[in-house]
Amino acid sequence: MQVEQLEILDFLAAHPPFDDLPEGVRESVAAAIDVRYYKAGEQIVDFGEPAEFWHVVRSGAVEVFRRNGTLYNRLTAGGYFGEAGLLRQGRVRFPARALEDVLLYLIPQAVFLDLFENNEAFADIVEIEDRTRLRQVMSRRLDANDLLSATVETLVGRQAVVLDSTATVLDAAQRMTAEGVSSILIIEDNPDVPELPIIAGIVTDRDLRTRLIAPGLGYDTPVTAIMSAGVLTITYNQLVFEAMLAMLRGNVHHLPVMKNQRPIGIVALSDIIRYESRNSLFVVGSIFRQQTVDELEALVPDVRACFSRMVTEDASSHMVGCAMAAIGRSFKQRLLELAEAELGPPPVPYCFLALGSMARQEQLIVTDQDNALVLDNRFDPAQHDEYFRKLAAFVSDGLARCGYTYCTGGVMASNEKWRQPLRVWERYFTDWIERPTPESLLHAGIFFDLDGVWGRMEWATRLRELIARKAKGNSRFLACMARNALLRTPPLGFFKDFVVESDGRHTNAINIKRRGTAPLADLTRVHALAIGSQSLNSFDRLKDIIDAAILPLGRGQDLYDSLEFISMVRARHQAEDVDAGIDPDNSIDPEKLSDFERKSLRDAFLILGNAQKFLKYRYQPGRAN
Amino acid sequence: MLHLGSLRSDAAQRRTVKADASSVADWARRFEALGATAVDERLRAFYAQGVPAGDTVLADVPLLAMDFETTGLDPQQDEIVSIGIVPMTLARIQSSASRHWIVRPRGVLNAESVTFHAITHAQIEGAPDLGAILDELLPALAGCVVVVHCAAIERAFLDAALKARLGEGIEFPVIDTMALEARLHRRHKSGLFAGLFANLFGRNAAPLSIRLADSRARYHLPRYRAHHALTDALATAELLQAQIAHHFKPDTTLKEVWA
Repeated sequence: MQVEQLEILDFLAAHPPFDDLPEGVRESVAAAIDVRYYKAGEQIVDFGEPAEFWHVVRSGAVEVFRRNGTLYNRLTAGGYFGEAGLLRQGRVRFPARALEDVLLYLIPQAVFLDLFENNEAFADIVEIEDRTRLRQVMSRRLDANDLLSATVETLVGRQAVVLDSTATVLDAAQRMTAEGVSSILIIEDNPDVPELPIIAGIVTDRDLRTRLIAPGLGYDTPVTAIMSAGVLTITYNQLVFEAMLAMLRGNVHHLPVMKNQRPIGIVALSDIIRYESRNSLFVVGSIFRQQTVDELEALVPDVRACFSRMVTEDASSHMVGCAMAAIGRSFKQRLLELAEAELGPPPVPYCFLALGSMARQEQLIVTDQDNALVLDNRFDPAQHDEYFRKLAAFVSDGLARCGYTYCTGGVMASNEKWRQPLRVWERYFTDWIERPTPESLLHAGIFFDLDGVWGRMEWATRLRELIARKAKGNSRFLACMARNALLRTPPLGFFKDFVVESDGRHTNAINIKRRGTAPLADLTRVHALAIGSQSLNSFDRLKDIIDAAILPLGRGQDLYDSLEFISMVRARHQAEDVDAGIDPDNSIDPEKLSDFERKSLRDAFLILGNAQKFLKYRYQPGRAN
Repeated sequence: MLHLGSLRSDAAQRRTVKADASSVADWARRFEALGATAVDERLRAFYAQGVPAGDTVLADVPLLAMDFETTGLDPQQDEIVSIGIVPMTLARIQSSASRHWIVRPRGVLNAESVTFHAITHAQIEGAPDLGAILDELLPALAGCVVVVHCAAIERAFLDAALKARLGEGIEFPVIDTMALEARLHRRHKSGLFAGLFANLFGRNAAPLSIRLADSRARYHLPRYRAHHALTDALATAELLQAQIAHHFKPDTTLKEVWA
């Protein structure tokens, strides 16, 4: 090539999406570029005029607008605009104006379309649909992480060893030794389906030590006396990380893997270690070994280290959220055990509830405690409340010391209003759902994410069933919930070291929870309630929502990707704070975001903004903007 | 050293038609006269293309930014080693139609004198004589108003190079971005504020630099590596667009800015 516009070529080589083009292609693009200078304030392209060029900002800053005149984006050096017009109908769709004195590179339509057609990676980056671009980013991430994509089946090395429930502990030990396994399944006949025996329990090496030898039982003890009954199992096609979470949640180290209702093997904690640092499991284990609140408090640095390590090791936000929730749950369970040890057994049965992000399994490292107590209907305040007040205070104070700050909204079991018998809770939910006002529901959203942690777990299930039954199809309730879900909106994007709001204002930092993950969880909850889903986790809810087909095609996946990306940025920044020894929070300074993060965050924010518009349209059809 | 002819009033220009190219008032008539006396066919063709009339608005003028790299600053002794040209209008700098030539000087080159041109000896050894590229260069210039940063260089060097090869020189109108910058600068310096400023601080403010890179910086244009004829031509083209955008209008007439 004869012409060598070195400055243009060098600029392209340093900026995506040109930097990854083959050198020859990049040179031919450089040779085709024309240039234009605009003074600050000058209009660059108007809506509807013929789209001739793809514009790349060489220096200065440009504002891009929607057709209705609202700000769409601000761009600096390396930014580009005009692809929508070139790819769609050949007319400018987004008018643009010079915000500062700007030098633009003009790439003719034919050259742009040729690049777009013949360079897949280029097209991926430039693709006009922000949602498609985010999908690419997320699917690449998924491919790169074994833990996210590997199924449990791949961990099964050998057939599960089984023993009949009539055997003795000696039989079990001999069989385990002969087979060289550390755990054995105890089965019994299934009276209904003889060919499908039932798993009665599991015996591990550790059980032989702690339940047989230590108490000094005889070798002829029935194996059923030392086995763990109520065995948690996992299905062969579930993900490795789901197995890890099941272990976390159940605090067990062995999981039978089921296929067609038969055990095909056992996955042990040690099998998973090669996939995941065992940190989170280790922390859960040590929580249950601590004997005092002081000792629990001493685990806080371990929890933080475990969090930052998971993030560094590229766990998905779903995994991190689940692991952190499992740790939080274990703290609550252990504190309740300690409380009962101190206060004596409860006078009436109760269920301790986790609410909000912990119930949704979306906890990160910065979180306040949201909890409540459901008491037996025989509860008599005069007789029993002192016990439960003390129990709640013990747990709440303990949680505060373990890094779960008091809920500023007072949503804690220590608050009398949230320490009530089951029938009162049923009335609360009935009132919220059947006589809704936006005000009454303003702070009630958190109660619609509830999970039993301790005690009569079935009461939590019962409340969830009540919610699902009453909320589904209740348009007034859903309209109020939708209205509240629209109170927090995402920003437009980033410009230089600022956050750009939709009205063009600049701010210095973004609260990534308030402006990203929280409104996403809110709108997901509304859809989930509308379809009667009983899932708690936003990712699970989104899967239910996708299955229910209430969103336009593809939008559920977009929300899934957005939530994952925003959550990961949030987690990563908290992990960086932890590593730097400062108190993590949800405030992110745009300076700390890479170009890639900014671009993908902006895509995610656009998806969230559009999803909020859809929410309004679907649940509040009568309302104007 | 600057050519400040363009600062004179139109009336004054009309009265004083001089041989000095920098003060030609009626370029169209000048081209007719030059075309009639030119001997070389390529020059005759060049002049036959004519030039836009002085009252043409800038938005309608075909322009061509040009830059030379030379072996020194004296057009009588030093020679052109590379030429970059970039066609342009106020609406668009046609970088895609730009051209760049390396040409072999006739004089002996010593190694040191060319190191800063980013051109190697091997390139120069293999390059044609400037005479051999006139077939391409002159048609590219024809009909356009040339845009340069420091008119003295490009005009004098091309004139001298043609005289040495064809026995006759060349004249053409230019818009000089350096002269424009000096003119804008001078206005500011003599303005109320500059005077006040100087008085207040008891000394003259340092004069603004009108070198290409410094001039560009005033319009927030990016910094380029200097001393490549094509890069400098592009840099000059961008500077002119910026100057017009900030200080003139698309309907400013050619005669207000050319020389």
